[in-house]
Amino acid sequence: MAKRIAVETTLNGEETVFLCEPRQTLLEALRDNLGLIGSKEGCGNGNCGACNVILDGVLVNSCLVLAPEIEGRSVVTIEGIAEDGVLHPLQQKFLEHASLQCGICTPGFIVSAKALLDDNPAPNEYDVRLWLAGNLCRCTGYDKIVRAVLDVAENDA
Amino acid sequence: MAGTKQNGTGTLAANGQNGYKVIGTRPVRPDGVDKVTGRAVYAADVQMTGLLHGFVLRSPHAHAHIRSIDTSKAEALPGVRAVVTAADLPEAEDKVEDLGEGAINLKYLSDNVLASEKVLYHGHAVAAVAATSPHIAEEAAGLIEVDYELLPPVMTVDDALADDAPILLETLRTDSMGEVGAEQTNLASVFSHQRGDLDAGFAGAHLVVDRTYRTETVHQGYIEPHAATALYSADGQIIIWTSTQGSFAVRGQVCEILKIPVSRLKVVPTEIGGGFGGKINVYVEPVAVILSQKAGYEPVKIVMSRADVLAATGPTSGSNIRVKIGVDADGKISAALAELYYEAGAYPGSPVGAAANVSLAPYAIDNLQVDGYDIVVNRPRSAAYRAPGGTNVAFAVESVVDELAEKLDMDPAEFRILNGAKENDRRPDGLQYARIGQIETVEAIRDSEHYQSPLEGKYRGRGIASGYWNNWGGQSSATAVLNPDGTVNLNEASTDIGGTRASIAMQLAEAMDIEYEQVKARVVDTDTVSYNDVTGGSRTTFATGLAAYNLGRQLLKEMKSRLADQWEVAAGDVSYEEGTFSAGSESVSFAEAAGLVQREEPLMASSTVHPQDFGPGFSTQCVDIEVDPDTGKITILRYTIAQDVGKAIHPSYVEGQMQGGVAQGIGWAINEEYIYDDEGRLLNASLLDYRMPTSLDLPMIETIMVEVPHPAHPYGVRGVGEVNIVPPAGAVANAVFQATGVRMDKLPISPANLLEAMWAKEAEAAELVPGDD
Repeated sequence: MAKRIAVETTLNGEETVFLCEPRQTLLEALRDNLGLIGSKEGCGNGNCGACNVILDGVLVNSCLVLAPEIEGRSVVTIEGIAEDGVLHPLQQKFLEHASLQCGICTPGFIVSAKALLDDNPAPNEYDVRLWLAGNLCRCTGYDKIVRAVLDVAENDA
Repeated sequence: MAGTKQNGTGTLAANGQNGYKVIGTRPVRPDGVDKVTGRAVYAADVQMTGLLHGFVLRSPHAHAHIRSIDTSKAEALPGVRAVVTAADLPEAEDKVEDLGEGAINLKYLSDNVLASEKVLYHGHAVAAVAATSPHIAEEAAGLIEVDYELLPPVMTVDDALADDAPILLETLRTDSMGEVGAEQTNLASVFSHQRGDLDAGFAGAHLVVDRTYRTETVHQGYIEPHAATALYSADGQIIIWTSTQGSFAVRGQVCEILKIPVSRLKVVPTEIGGGFGGKINVYVEPVAVILSQKAGYEPVKIVMSRADVLAATGPTSGSNIRVKIGVDADGKISAALAELYYEAGAYPGSPVGAAANVSLAPYAIDNLQVDGYDIVVNRPRSAAYRAPGGTNVAFAVESVVDELAEKLDMDPAEFRILNGAKENDRRPDGLQYARIGQIETVEAIRDSEHYQSPLEGKYRGRGIASGYWNNWGGQSSATAVLNPDGTVNLNEASTDIGGTRASIAMQLAEAMDIEYEQVKARVVDTDTVSYNDVTGGSRTTFATGLAAYNLGRQLLKEMKSRLADQWEVAAGDVSYEEGTFSAGSESVSFAEAAGLVQREEPLMASSTVHPQDFGPGFSTQCVDIEVDPDTGKITILRYTIAQDVGKAIHPSYVEGQMQGGVAQGIGWAINEEYIYDDEGRLLNASLLDYRMPTSLDLPMIETIMVEVPHPAHPYGVRGVGEVNIVPPAGAVANAVFQATGVRMDKLPISPANLLEAMWAKEAEAAELVPGDD
């Protein structure tokens, strides 16, 4: 058994301590050590965005971050997007627009779109497409995903 | 009467149409909240006490004999609980069985799961480890020593059919329409569909175009890698949790491979993160079972890496295709020939049979011949991929059709309408069409704002193409439980890839004249309902929807009957309108009735269906592109798809199928391909190098739902999942011709391939200039 280290972090707004192996990725720690299964592994090398989380306000692929790196930092995952049991507008619009088919990429898209809107509350279609180009969806052709994000955006395009 | 509905405006609300209350609306899917909050449990999310982690060791070689495998060092690593090879599987028989998804030789099925004598492709599984962590399992797999005797790789149709080609499968003989050859071969089967007089048809033609094409291997590209967890209990009972399009297909395959009765295996389908045909074959499921048994009856989870998914699962066939079509002076097709050479991968079973039917299906042709060849090569065993085989051949046929129209100076839409197949025409194998909507889809494109608008600018072009898919009926089983509060639990076994819980529940709600929200649809395991075919063949909303309709009718009939008994009237005297049962002075709401009728005895219904009269789907599509002449990169400017959808139950999910199929087809057309080195090793097994479309690569995809109701379904449903992927490559290729003057003879039309073709055309033009040497 590899030596484990304790990591103290803020996870979805809660002070959290967990044990991990130094070689574990943040994605693996979230899923296997912390039971947060919403972040998905589609590729394991930063190409699909299904594992995206927000780390100190910055969108990252959690498969490319080592778990010990989040010591003292703040992480928001898909499980932290809805607040007090109320769906975030992005979650609501993804449902209304039928922006998901199989749904495996959906958490990553919602987290990515949240990071976009935090940064730019009024993106146009190009801004949305450029930002979301780091997230792969194989089911929808992106049409209904882009529409959902634009529907939430302030300019309401 | 066909109706059309155009989206593209993002309109959400739509009231039910054509007198329907639920059908045609766009409710939120039952599994929606779990999927936007991250709670939905997919295969890799399964956790349980004592869970071990598996890792599969794969061949680094394309073609080799396995001389020996030494697992001793792996077994000695601390944390390792079991190591297995093909020696741990029962000996498989060299015989063909139909396991519900086409016939398969059981030896090939077993050998693909764990190679016994030979490895036949880079990525072929040879051994597996179960350990206390995935990292230890991977480390241990690296300690397994496999002694290979390398053989020359056979990578393409041409390699495989060469006179001195190395043989992949010792016992394979060519099946030629039932006659079996005597020689060893890589040609698994050959067939021919013929009608009319081909020679006379070509002899009398005003114009003949005869071209050959090459398409490369592509992958389904689902974002969720294959994953399964198996628990082999000490009492011999086995449970598999897996991501699959068909829990019963998994049961059938695993039981054949492990030689156990179906009663010992329960398959529990998790949520599934995409399949597109690629999640029907088993890969890790039987391996997890034998690891669990050998590890002392502890559960074992195997999750594939993306590299393994690309190297060892899917893909669909590369192909060599010849298409020759003759027309008379008016543009009417006088004869057509198609020769289809499809690469099956390591074991027989390419989709060439389906491709033959797709090939010329949109056209009414009296004189035709379609020949198919199924060929084994050192690539992964091919799997179904959305309208299997269709995109390859439609690229070829639609390119020839476009060239004919161009040379005749005819509008390509008018050419397709003139020659369009309709009711009572026949597809290539002779099957006669009932009411179909091919011509309506061409008309919808012709009349669209998109097609009617001008496209200007250098290196810009517009192309159209049509496509066909047969669809399927298949077998479905479902049960419905009436709850005393007036809701209905709908238990069905069709795994939900794209919103079918909703589309099936809507049909039950419509049949019972209740609200969609009163139906609770859930996907159940193989012990809970009877046999159910895969979610595939665009059958689920059609066939499982039919079962749901039957359930609704049964429950209503029984409710009326019980109310009649209570009210002491004849069953025929109880009416049910606007959600109210009544007879004489008696009157109760549906919810009240649900309680009343179950005072003495509970009420549930079951339905099994196997509809044979499924309706085929057609689609015609239009694309505008721009080519960068310096890089060869294609930009998709605008895209419109018209598809005959029969009746759109949930229009948003129908549009979603149309848009998704188009997006996959565009990827196939302009970027996606397997790239192998000279030794047959896959060079681009990552999602960076296997380049699927991103949001930035696509525009909004405009949809025109053409509704030609299918006469054999109570709500007119046709499958909508697959035909949309058939036309895109042809449409893009035809647009490329308009933009550049180049007729592409291969897929993908990647920047490199297109630049090469443009340069070749320039060189050819330069040679034609006299005295230019």
